[in-house]
Amino acid sequence: MEHLWLIPALPLAGFALNGTVGKRLPQIAVSLIAVAMPVLSFLWVLKTLSSLGSLETAYIERYFTWIESGALNIGVDFMVDRLTAVMLLVVTGIGSLIHLYAVGYMAHEGGYYRFFAYLNLFMFFMLTLVLGANYLLMFVGWEGVGLCSYLLIGFYFVRKSAADAAKKAFIVNRIGDFGYTLALFLMFVQFGSLDFGKVFAAVAPMPVEHSAGLLTAIALLLFVGATGKSAQIPLYVWLPDAMEGPTPVSALIHAATMVTAGVYMVARSAVIYQHAPLAMEVVAIIGLLTAVLAATIGITQYDIKKVFAYSTVSQLGYMFLACGVGAFAAGIYHVVTHAFFKALLFLGAGSVIHALEGEQDLRQMGGLRKKIPITFAVLCCAWVAIAGIPPFAGYFSKDEILLAAHHHHPWMYWVGVVTAAMTAFYVSRAMFLCFFGQYRGHHHPHESPFIMWGPLAVLAALSLFGGWYFKVPNYLAPLFPLAEGGHEMALVAISVAAGVLGIGVAYVLYVVKPGLADSIASALGGFYKLVYNKYLVDELYDAAVVRPIVHGSRSLLWRVVDVGLIDGCVNGTATLARGVGGVLRAFQSGNIRNYAAWVTLGSVAVLVVLGIAVGGAR
Amino acid sequence: MPSSVPLSWYLILSAILFGLGVAGFVVRRNIITVFMSIELMLNAVNLSFIAFSYQLRQVDGHIFSFFVMVVAAAEAAVGLAIILTVFKNRATLAIDDVSSLKN
Repeated sequence: MEHLWLIPALPLAGFALNGTVGKRLPQIAVSLIAVAMPVLSFLWVLKTLSSLGSLETAYIERYFTWIESGALNIGVDFMVDRLTAVMLLVVTGIGSLIHLYAVGYMAHEGGYYRFFAYLNLFMFFMLTLVLGANYLLMFVGWEGVGLCSYLLIGFYFVRKSAADAAKKAFIVNRIGDFGYTLALFLMFVQFGSLDFGKVFAAVAPMPVEHSAGLLTAIALLLFVGATGKSAQIPLYVWLPDAMEGPTPVSALIHAATMVTAGVYMVARSAVIYQHAPLAMEVVAIIGLLTAVLAATIGITQYDIKKVFAYSTVSQLGYMFLACGVGAFAAGIYHVVTHAFFKALLFLGAGSVIHALEGEQDLRQMGGLRKKIPITFAVLCCAWVAIAGIPPFAGYFSKDEILLAAHHHHPWMYWVGVVTAAMTAFYVSRAMFLCFFGQYRGHHHPHESPFIMWGPLAVLAALSLFGGWYFKVPNYLAPLFPLAEGGHEMALVAISVAAGVLGIGVAYVLYVVKPGLADSIASALGGFYKLVYNKYLVDELYDAAVVRPIVHGSRSLLWRVVDVGLIDGCVNGTATLARGVGGVLRAFQSGNIRNYAAWVTLGSVAVLVVLGIAVGGAR
Repeated sequence: MPSSVPLSWYLILSAILFGLGVAGFVVRRNIITVFMSIELMLNAVNLSFIAFSYQLRQVDGHIFSFFVMVVAAAEAAVGLAIILTVFKNRATLAIDDVSSLKN
């Protein structure tokens, strides 16, 4: 026994402690508990992985039967294979760093203990999601992280926009979960089990479905779940709004870990997807579309966190593109490197926002590189990493994905390259607007404390060297065989050139000739406005889905069904009783002789009836 | 009881007494008179019980009438106590004035 249960149980203990007595504890004790638990969890992961050795085959621990009903048998089982190992390290490692950072970032916020209780609870559910050895246990984590996401987006719940964003995230995710649960039902009906081992063993000998069939349906339904959790078209709309939460939350949940759960799930279900090429194609195309669309929106936004949020959506699109073209290892590789540099981008943005006392508008920044040099330095590391400049983290994973895409369909590669250029452009734009030129705001920027930039430095190192040091595809080779054929240098050079081009264009537009960008925007006119307003997708959903439901609920369900039918039944019963009572009340005169008269009349009536009946019978 | 008196006479007497009781109960306003009317009705019923019992040579009717007497005695005790209390509190024995439960 390796006691895998300790990995999620430690953060759960942190949640239980801070959630119950955290209010009465001093802030230092709350911080200590909150940070110690993920760190201990990380250390336990390291210890477990070192004693489990090479993990060529999956290591499973079975604890107890959770649900037993007829043919359904769900156990609380944890499983570690190489895919899980990668995810565990990312979640606990990045998670610990972000917890540490949050101690500094949240120091002056109300509800300190509540924040860390939720954050620890999130860690628990995320680790359950990753460790679960069947689809239902994974779903427990899946729902749990959704709950924590809801709680943390709505952390500043007195602000209406935050409360609305939290509800939006929750409801949009429910739509995705609907697909996930349907997939589970189909799986159970077909294979009689939800255990990864049993399901995959049953799928493996089945023929590859070249036209839509059962496996395609399961794969697509699972992907519907993934589009919700991992913010893909058409369910990506909640993620940009989720930036209402505190910045460490955006970094941990809405960039590094939770939103990659969908990618992990698709990679975990690789066997199913490999038997459903049609579903793979859908995954690839949705991923690619999302990557392009979100990148174009990211270019136009002025809120620094919104830029990075759309960047996250776009990068998640890349990961699904990788899965869709069959390069699952590349997708997970990008999950890892993206966790490094996107967590860094968000935490760095948080540091900027912290320095400017809550200012998030890029137009109110500028010239900050002298004022907050450490933040600038670490953000530069994330910048080169996401732009795909060799040999930094993003370069390796992005190249793997683009090469795999080229191998699948060359046009996917070209779209990917254009997106890479846009990615480099919008991040550079944010950097230039934030750190170069003249300071346009009116706050007094101050550098963040060590507890904040310490984790940033570690993430910066990971962003620079993590991609080169952690060769995830090689490690995952037993699960996902490496693609044959070497790197084609021309394709690599083109994608790198695209990144450099993006940075160059941004440099020209925002540093050399600062007015040029605005004139281009006004030259594009309507199209720019359309993109700036996020293609009016929110408005479209509002008109097509939200309002019909609201109106239908109001006019039909409320006015007709509730008021008419349900209230009508209740009120009708009362009215009937009152009417009958009104008639009967006349008899209750309170006059005893009156009653006596009625009794007499009644007895006479009984006698008469009896007399007639007896007389008739005779 | 001479056997020459037929059963129907007893029953007719019983019915007349019962009818008087009912009439008194419904018509009279004095509580004590109403109360006496109830006693009259009970005794009218007793008379018919005894008559049937004699006619059928069975003891059941006697037993029934004893029960009725016991109940009547109990009822008299309770009823008179109520009447006394009502008179003490209201200084009236008119039955129509004792209707405060209605409101």
